Amino acid sequence: MIAAFALLVGVVLGVFLDPDVPLWLQPYLPIAVIAALDSVFGGVRARLDKKFDDKQFVVSFISNVLIAALIVYLGDQLGVGSQLSTGVVVVLGIRIFSNAAAIRRHLFSA
Amino acid sequence: MINATPEPGRDDDSVNGDGDADLTPEVDEDAADTVEEAPGESAEDPGEVRRKRRTGIAIGVLVALLGFAAAVQLRSHHEDPELAGARQEDLVRILADLDARQTRLADEIAGLEESKRQLTSGAEGGAAALEEARGLADELGILAGTIGAKGTGLILEFQSGATPIRAATILDAVEELRGAGMEAGQIDGANGASVRIVASTFFLDGPDGLIVDDVAITGVYRITVIGDPATMDTALRIPGGVVDNVGKDGGTVVVNEPGEVQVTTIVAPSEPKYAKPVD
Repeated sequence: MIAAFALLVGVVLGVFLDPDVPLWLQPYLPIAVIAALDSVFGGVRARLDKKFDDKQFVVSFISNVLIAALIVYLGDQLGVGSQLSTGVVVVLGIRIFSNAAAIRRHLFSA
Repeated sequence: MINATPEPGRDDDSVNGDGDADLTPEVDEDAADTVEEAPGESAEDPGEVRRKRRTGIAIGVLVALLGFAAAVQLRSHHEDPELAGARQEDLVRILADLDARQTRLADEIAGLEESKRQLTSGAEGGAAALEEARGLADELGILAGTIGAKGTGLILEFQSGATPIRAATILDAVEELRGAGMEAGQIDGANGASVRIVASTFFLDGPDGLIVDDVAITGVYRITVIGDPATMDTALRIPGGVVDNVGKDGGTVVVNEPGEVQVTTIVAPSEPKYAKPVD
């Protein structure tokens, strides 16, 4: 409940403040958003599984975002930034799908 | 992390919701249960509740951050979807196009600046030439007697004595004045006739005075000349000069120096009959 409200507040802030993304952050922000989304989906799923641990959620959220950004940074340094970004997005996308499937099973039993 | 990804059809029990398989959720479940169900351990409750609240706040902040970042990313991505979605080769091509266009426009600007400069200098040159032509026309008009003139000069009055003043005397005077830098002049007679003295002016002795350019002039001749007054005055008064000669015949020459004089009589411009300008 609080999380949903916080999400709404964040979206509203982002829409209304409309800050410019700093140039150095531009490659990492999308990946970080995807990773954070993955963590949120995982958290929702854990909640439905009654296995939700808030501390674990916080730690995994931060570490997922940082690791995703780190991978992209590493890829940029190695010259395979776009490929590695694609790989990260694919992996995170698969995880989001599986989590979404679990959530769906919980909610609709289907 | 990746190996934690389950196939959708598989049993998901082994997968932690956060994708962190090494943390066992049971512990936290137990902790939550402890808070709710075990009144005997109430000594731990305040710390546990505080921790829960802190992590709850952290979750809220993180999720808000996610929403913020997602919204910002969406908006910044929407700003220029065409370029943001373009591939690197396309971007390079677009950049090259823009560079070429810039070069072309810079060339165009340079050309236009050049033509503007030429037009400006041409207009200035035209104005200068026009000014020069006007000046030349004035000069020639004064010389040819087709326009009036004014300036410093002298007014001479030739009064005859016993013998009338001859045309040769007036001609001498005019030549003397020309030699002294006369720029324009006219001769008036007592009968009101007035003739502009130009290059082609001739003086004849007439029955009743002088005939100047086919105009009969009588009586006291008044010559108005424009030039340097001092020089012309000196030229007239040299020994054996005009004033002396007229005085020898019994007449007098009165030289007035009124400062600025006006030569208003003009001659009609005439087209040369035979002479043509050489280009």
